[in-house]
Amino acid sequence: MAGPDIEALIRQLSKLPGLGPRSARRAVLVLIKKKESLMLPLIQLLQQAADSVKICGTCGNFDSQNPCSLCLDPKRDRSTICVVEDVADLWALERSAAFRGIYHVTGGLLSPLDGVGPDDLNIAELAHRSEAKEVTEIILALSATVDGQSTAHYLAERLDGIDVTISGLAHGVPLGGELDYLDEGTLSAALKARRPV
Amino acid sequence: MAVEWTNLGLVLSVRKHGEHDIILHALTEHHGHHAGLVKGGNSRKHKGLYQPGNRLHMRWRARLPDHLGAFVCEPDRMFAAEALHDRGLLLSLTALCATAETVLPEREVHALAYRQACHLLETIGTDGWGADYVLWEMHLLNELGFGLDLESCASTGESEDLIYVSPKSGRAVSRAAGIPYKKQLLDLPPFLTAEDHGRPTQEDVAAGLELTGYFLERYVFAQHRQTLPDARVRLQTMLAG
Repeated sequence: MAGPDIEALIRQLSKLPGLGPRSARRAVLVLIKKKESLMLPLIQLLQQAADSVKICGTCGNFDSQNPCSLCLDPKRDRSTICVVEDVADLWALERSAAFRGIYHVTGGLLSPLDGVGPDDLNIAELAHRSEAKEVTEIILALSATVDGQSTAHYLAERLDGIDVTISGLAHGVPLGGELDYLDEGTLSAALKARRPV
Repeated sequence: MAVEWTNLGLVLSVRKHGEHDIILHALTEHHGHHAGLVKGGNSRKHKGLYQPGNRLHMRWRARLPDHLGAFVCEPDRMFAAEALHDRGLLLSLTALCATAETVLPEREVHALAYRQACHLLETIGTDGWGADYVLWEMHLLNELGFGLDLESCASTGESEDLIYVSPKSGRAVSRAAGIPYKKQLLDLPPFLTAEDHGRPTQEDVAAGLELTGYFLERYVFAQHRQTLPDARVRLQTMLAG
């Protein structure tokens, strides 16, 4: 139907999360139709990102500089390190503007079934960073799944003996959540984490 | 004609299949260890449901019995959420799921293993769950044909003062017969013998885990060219203090 170049582009785009062959086809069509205003700037930006984006050697964030701008920011509170699974989680916390400390990205969760062990994650660097004098708290902001919490318990075990407070995120009723619509697991976790009012 | 069944089942593991779907491995009472596709199982809305350890109402449907088939599930009891907050509980839950997934053959009915796993998950976190975990592994060994004989001494036939287990035969050994060979023998915690010794201590549970772990690793996991699951090893290390 379309030429081999277009088909190759569709195949490549359809590998992106959220895009299947149909949506990739639509995206390619728009890119071809808007070559000057969309396709060429996109090519330029992709090339620029491919050349400049690096993984921060300190926290594991993506940035065009190493160490990243968050690690270099003097206004950040260096006494608290927030441990997240992925850069997407770091971005989510940054969007909330609720945390002003520094981050550490593990790059995944422990998962014996998928063959992901402690050596495959950025854990040794976390232990090294936690030993710094100014660090007083490590917040384990990992997902409320069996793998997420297994990793959190493993990290707590691994950091045991270092003079820092280790805390985890609360699990429970989301803002605006109605009890009637919550699943049993969330309700059970919320009841366990109840606090005096 | 399509094949279909419904049963309660424990989630043993999930693996991503494409972007939104998962392959679910479950332990059911009437259909044993069974796998199936779950459409949309990896979505944000449903991810919590398919956590290892959760008990779900499962409906499995396939065009032919040999096909992978697809599950449609609804929650029954979310054991995973109940264990997330505690390291020991989470380790035992993940160890149970990983062990059952590896050692129980697919589509072979093991109703007793299912019922005992449910009993363990229902009592997890209460007093004595560590000993219950050891008993679950003992039952599992039995179910797989590698049951230990802890009724009487392999050497003298005595049924009292049994404190060792022979790593070769899996039979109990009494104190008198075992002392000269105690370095080669495994410790037998009192709560695994017929005699009533009250509530097991943490050391008893650790000794029990070492005992069942030895036989599981040597006779079951070795057949699959695997070692004990990481969670199982960490549970034993934690209880050994």
